[in-house]
Amino acid sequence: MGLDIFMNLSTPIAMGILLGGLYALIALGLSLVFGVMKLINIAHGDLVLLSSYLAFTMMTGLGIDPIISLVIGMPVLFVVGFAIQRYLLSRAFRISMEAPLIIAFGISIILQNLYQILWTPLSRGLTTSYALESISYGALRLPLVYLLDFIVAIVVMFILREFLRRTYLGKAINAASQDRGTAQLMGINTNRVYAFAFAIAMVFAAIAGVFLGLTFPFTPQSGVSFLIIAFGVVVLGGLGSIVGTFIGGLVMGLAQTLGGYFLGASAQMLVAYLIVLVALGVKPQGIFGR
Amino acid sequence: MPEENLLKVSKIDVFYGGLQALWDISLNVKFGEIVAIIGANGAGKSTLLNVISGVIHPQVGSIEYDGKNITTLEPFQVVALGICQVPEAGRVFPNMTVLDNLIIGSYNRNARPQREENLQHVFRHFPILGERRNQLGKTLSGGERQMLAIGRGLMSNPKLMLFDEMSLGLSPIVINELYRVLREIRARGIAIILVEQNVRRSLKEADRAYILECGRVTLSGKTEDLGEEEKVRKAYFGVCK
Repeated sequence: MGLDIFMNLSTPIAMGILLGGLYALIALGLSLVFGVMKLINIAHGDLVLLSSYLAFTMMTGLGIDPIISLVIGMPVLFVVGFAIQRYLLSRAFRISMEAPLIIAFGISIILQNLYQILWTPLSRGLTTSYALESISYGALRLPLVYLLDFIVAIVVMFILREFLRRTYLGKAINAASQDRGTAQLMGINTNRVYAFAFAIAMVFAAIAGVFLGLTFPFTPQSGVSFLIIAFGVVVLGGLGSIVGTFIGGLVMGLAQTLGGYFLGASAQMLVAYLIVLVALGVKPQGIFGR
Repeated sequence: MPEENLLKVSKIDVFYGGLQALWDISLNVKFGEIVAIIGANGAGKSTLLNVISGVIHPQVGSIEYDGKNITTLEPFQVVALGICQVPEAGRVFPNMTVLDNLIIGSYNRNARPQREENLQHVFRHFPILGERRNQLGKTLSGGERQMLAIGRGLMSNPKLMLFDEMSLGLSPIVINELYRVLREIRARGIAIILVEQNVRRSLKEADRAYILECGRVTLSGKTEDLGEEEKVRKAYFGVCK
């Protein structure tokens, strides 16, 4: 892989696009929670990481494939998300808009320290038989997991879109995000709908956590970098838009790989965040923001 | 003797923080009746509707609906029992289609089984909504938004509908159209509470009226008896101290 990057541009472009899918996947839950509750969930990255660690334990302890382990990981994160919104955040929302932010910050710190205790500060990875495989196409050589990340991201985003469009709960989430007061007057139990929205966002976080773990190594502090990536994606794409999140992910992925190609690996995230900064200056509501 | 009141508000007081907004308000609505609530800006009309809807809970007094005490219920529970508010200016969901706005109206479980039937009712009352079913809420005109808001309310299977300033800012033609539908709704046995700034019009359409002044009911009765009262005019033009 190393040599190819210097030989042609098609590899960084393809890698950037595939990576963008993974980034969009990380950002999806953050975007959904913001779109519905107007909360920037600072603990999002750490909750994504919770799924990575759960998969790691099931893989090393029980020999379950990380992707299969999502059968357990997704419901666990669903329940965790539901409980966080229902019993912690919903009370805080009644006090002010800042209170839930501080609670999310607290959750983030607690989780980071919990991971230190349970899984030690060592770098971990979901190393499976297929994690190191790659696929060649002409001059292109792409890691199999990158391709997997991208396909899963597309499928997950499509499912979320259809869910929001077709089901009563999806429509209610949509309605509550547009006008909470009127949604209540229309018979929607907004507290319950918020809890479901947060829980669903955590299911996407669970999926993101496993595929991140398959793609990159992680430590108890990795949640912060996941959050920053997700934050860049939603800033670019506009918070609360699925298509925007996808495009934002692609821009972040491409900025990173092309930045690395032209300026070297140490500058790749710098390029990505310069683009975020410029985007904020030019169009603060995001490319697809409303 | 069967209860003749669908809604019975008894002696409620409402405070916002330290400020009292409603004082000792009592009000009743009979089955199939149109009741108008008239008052100046700040008299507490919208507060009263929100108390009935469960958005605000009174500190003193009780609300009975269809024989049940609903004083402490949440808005979604109130809607499920058959009370639906059509908020001021319609407040349709801007980034949802007309059809999705209507479907949201049928969100409560008691209304879901009759969704298709109610949808046909709505399209019969407002054919324009049928034509625009796939347009986004924000693309509608002010009058169409109000129609959509009424239609959305009808989707919830109401027995009592609360209208907050339905005709505010609309043209006389549209207002006539809305009142025509209001009479159709009443003919289906749905009771109506009308909060209006248009005093003459609401006195003409309603069976009874309550005059609200600075959070208190100062006058009430059959609209034909109230029509000439000097107090009605004063209430509307009056200023709260």
